Parts: sequence; C-alpha cells; structure tokens
Amino acid sequence: MQTNVLEYLEQTLPRVPDKIAFADDQTQLTFAQVSQNARAIGSALHADGLSGEPVVVFMEKSPAAINAFFGVIYAGCYYVPLDVEMPAFRIEMILEQLKPRAVICDAVTQEQLGKFGYTGRYYLFDEMIRTPVDDAALAQIRAKQLDIDPIYIVFTSGSTGVPKGILACHRSVIDYIENLSETLGFNSETVFGNQTPLYFDACLKELYPTLKFGATTWLVPKQCFSFPIQLVEYLNAHRINTVCWVVSALTMISATGTFKTVKPETLHTVAFGSEVFPVKQYRLWREVLPDAKFTNLYGPTEATGMSCYYHVNREFEDTEAIPIGKPFRNTGIILLDEHDKEAAFGEPGEICIRGTCLTMGYFGQPDKTAEVFTQNPLQTRFQELIYRTGDIAHYNADGDLVFVSRKDYQIKHMGHRIELGEIEINCGLFDGVEFVGCIYDKVKGKIVLFYTGPAEKAALAAYLKERLPRYMQPNRIRQIDEMPHTPNGKLDRKALAARYEAE
Amino acid sequence: MNEIRETILEILQDLHEDVDFENEDKLIDKKILDSFDIVTLISELSNEFDVTIPADKIIPENFNSADALAEMIAALEDE
Repeated sequence: MQTNVLEYLEQTLPRVPDKIAFADDQTQLTFAQVSQNARAIGSALHADGLSGEPVVVFMEKSPAAINAFFGVIYAGCYYVPLDVEMPAFRIEMILEQLKPRAVICDAVTQEQLGKFGYTGRYYLFDEMIRTPVDDAALAQIRAKQLDIDPIYIVFTSGSTGVPKGILACHRSVIDYIENLSETLGFNSETVFGNQTPLYFDACLKELYPTLKFGATTWLVPKQCFSFPIQLVEYLNAHRINTVCWVVSALTMISATGTFKTVKPETLHTVAFGSEVFPVKQYRLWREVLPDAKFTNLYGPTEATGMSCYYHVNREFEDTEAIPIGKPFRNTGIILLDEHDKEAAFGEPGEICIRGTCLTMGYFGQPDKTAEVFTQNPLQTRFQELIYRTGDIAHYNADGDLVFVSRKDYQIKHMGHRIELGEIEINCGLFDGVEFVGCIYDKVKGKIVLFYTGPAEKAALAAYLKERLPRYMQPNRIRQIDEMPHTPNGKLDRKALAARYEAE
Repeated sequence: MNEIRETILEILQDLHEDVDFENEDKLIDKKILDSFDIVTLISELSNEFDVTIPADKIIPENFNSADALAEMIAALEDE
C-alpha cells in the first residue's frame, strides 16, 4: 500500500527519466532531474538536523519551487509555500506563526527575506541541489514516516485578521490524487497548463498527477491571463490538453470572442471550480470544444483539494446553476440543518465532509480547529470527525448537490476564498479610520469597502496594499459619514448593500 | 475624446486609488495592472461605453495608459 506521495515519483522515474515533468519558458525539469534535485535538497536539510518541521519555500513560481517541495518531503519535513507577491506584513505574520528554522529561496527572493525580520537559516535552491545525495539517510527517514505525517501547510484567509495554516498529510493527498485522476481521466499523455498559484492546494491537481503518471505540467506565464489570444496560443504551442482553472480565466477567453481569432487545438479536459461558471460562457466553450470533458469541481482546502465533481453533460437554462454534483469516491457528504439533523431531501443544509480527505486542521490553532472539525452528530457511538464547511447546499431532483450560499461572511472572489472580516480588521487599523464595513457585490464581483473617519482614500488604499494580498484588495472604497448598525449594535451589511445599490 | 478619457480615468482610479493614472504610461510593463484588473476593466469599459472589446484588441499596447485605452474605445465607438 502506498504511504508516501514520493512513491509516485519513484515509480515513474525508471519509466520516463528523460521526459519533462515541470516546465516554464525558462526552465524544463525532467523526472530524473526532479528526483536528483529533490533527494539532494532532502539530504541537505537532513544533514542540518531538520526533521518533522515546517520548511518555508519562498521562491518565484517556477519548476524549481515545485522541486523544492518534494525535497522538503524527502527530509521528512513539510513545505510551506509563500508567495513572492504577498505583502510583507502578511509574510511576517505567517513566519511569526510558524517560527521556521529553514527557508528555501532563490537569488531574487533571498534579498527580500532580510526585510521580514527572519533570523533563521536560509538555503539557496541552486546551491542545495549540488549537495551529495545521502540515500542511506533518506531511506532511514522514509522508514520512520507514516502516511498521517503532514506534507504541506497552505494559508487561507482568517476572519480574525490572522491567516490560518491548513496542514494535510500523505494519506489525504494520495486519496485525493487517486480519485481526482480517475474522475478526470488523467494519464501519461496528460499535459497540464497550470494557472493557480503554488501557495494554494489548488495546484495539487497538477503537481501529484504529473508525478503519478509521468505527465507534464507547464506553468502558464501570469501575463497570459491578461491577454486571451496570447493565452490560447500558449496552450496550442505547448500542446496543453488539460486545464483546471478558476472560472474567471475561462470566462475571459470566451466572453471576449477569442475563439474567432484562435481556438484551442489540443485541449480535451477542462475542469473549473471555486465559483459559478455562467451557463452562457460554458456554451461558448462547448461549441468550440464539443468533444471535451467539462467538469465542475467543489471543495474546501480543509478537505484536501476538491471533494465533489459534476461532469457537465446536459443543456442548462441561462439562469440555472451548474451543480457541484457528487462526492469523489471515498469521500462522504452530509447536509446538516441548524439543529444538527440531516436535512430532508431537497432541503438546504450545511455541507459537512467525512473521510480520509479531512486535513489535520489549523497549524497551532487547536481552538479554531475544534470549531469546525467536530464529531459527526449523526454518529454518537464512536469517534468520527466531520469538517463543517459553512457552505449551504441542497440536492436537486437528480440527486446532485447544488450550492446555495454561505453561512457567514466568507466570499469567493476571482477564485479566491476571502473572509470579509479580515479586510475590515486590517482597514480598521489605519489611522483616521473609525468604523469599517465590507460587502461583496456578487453580480459584478466587487469587494466594496465603506469607512468613516478622516482618513484619505488613496492613503488607505496604499496601506491595504501593504497588508493584504492582491486578491483581497477592495475594488471600491467609499468614505461615508455614518456607519449603519442594526438595533443590537452589529454592522448592518444589508443597509450598506442598499446604499451601494442606490449609487 | 476628452470625455472618454475622463471616464476611463475614473474607472482606473476606482481600481487603484493610489496610482497616478493621469501620467502613467507603462501600466502593463510595470505590472501595475494585473489579470484581475484587465478582466474588471474589460467588463466596466464594455458597460460604460456600450461597446464590445474584441479579443484582438486586448493586447498590452492598448492597456498601457489611459490615453491608449481612450484611443481604443474611441475607435470601437466609431465602428
């Protein structure tokens, strides 16, 4: 039985040592190079006494960064990808939580590291990969590893203003990769075009199936996602046949009439998720790729990647939502009503997930973890955990799950999961800001921030750029005289929404 | 033309309150506008001016400055 994600690499290596595994326009790494580099990195970390602890990978998005992840796992540690474009304040907050003893960086990020008050060791990727491989030591590490040991931490928005680090183990990732691959039909011919950043679990979809099947992943340059013709030309040039993208990337191509100029030639598998794919746009894609497989994916990071899938295989009305479908094999979904009872068929309930896919919760935050990873209330006779997603859904007549809404103020914006509370708290810390309220205009996809106080709008916007990642920046900032509150003193978001609508 | 430019400046200012869009002419080259912004801009410009911005106009040169954007929109309105 497979107990370690690196077995994917080790089993594939003898089959296709010289095939390209991970590539971008600058670098192409073969499976042999990936293996050699990863074992060298593992040996280097081990030689310095690192074991069973977080190792930060602070590198530009590149094949090398991915390679570093596997090196960290070889050392028996778990990787924490940090984004170069993350604001310094956020990186400091994450480093403060992790207190890592080692950071892997590249020539560019090495210089930035000094700014964050980080005093631990740092390693340059290019130097690490020259470390002689100590196979005996790596074998000893492997012999002690269990499939319940963590392999990564990714950070997600936290409503208290502090990002939460979610840990996942080998077993959850293997369970996910096996079932995702079966569902989407990945194989050795698969050529992925990666869009999602490496600091989210979304990139698991490409990283581990590439190792498992001896497939190839191209990291599509970020600028392509601004210019649709360039993007499709890139797919064709690299013979990319499989993409798992956020909806906005697909919509940008179809809505601008790109297909009149250039059509994807090799693409046959299109997965999307995190947001609703407008039916009108889906039809444009279907028209140009009638034989392709289109799959809607749904899942929270807390349950390792994606949990549910729906193969879009029928016509939809313009106003109809594409369902999130059914859980992957070996994943269970229960819908709980507000009394913790199973919702009647067709009635809305909170999506609760059970299975091997459940992650290990939030790093260093047992209280936060216990709030949402709880005993299954339908099971009182033995211990069984569920993850409460906060997403409300119901079953349609076909028995497919359909997303309805959120229980709280978490939103999905351009494929990113954001707590409005985190934006409000950060904004409230700025001098001259008194009250803050944030709403999300779902129709236009805009985060709208209202505040009271003398602070200048431009200065506030500049401040938020230093504190919050790009995707959390408000799209509209409105200075108002008085913040509306409900009779019991809570922020009245409905009044804010009404005010915004009246603009 | 001036009116178009003014409206575009307002839309841009809403995207980034802290950027000098009046004078900046390397919005793409300097990575001031990213793919989020481009997507937003396309939808707002289409709504505001009631034009369709075709894919072959969505190229870096047309998005580098308020002037370039205004010229593109003016040309589309004339069509």
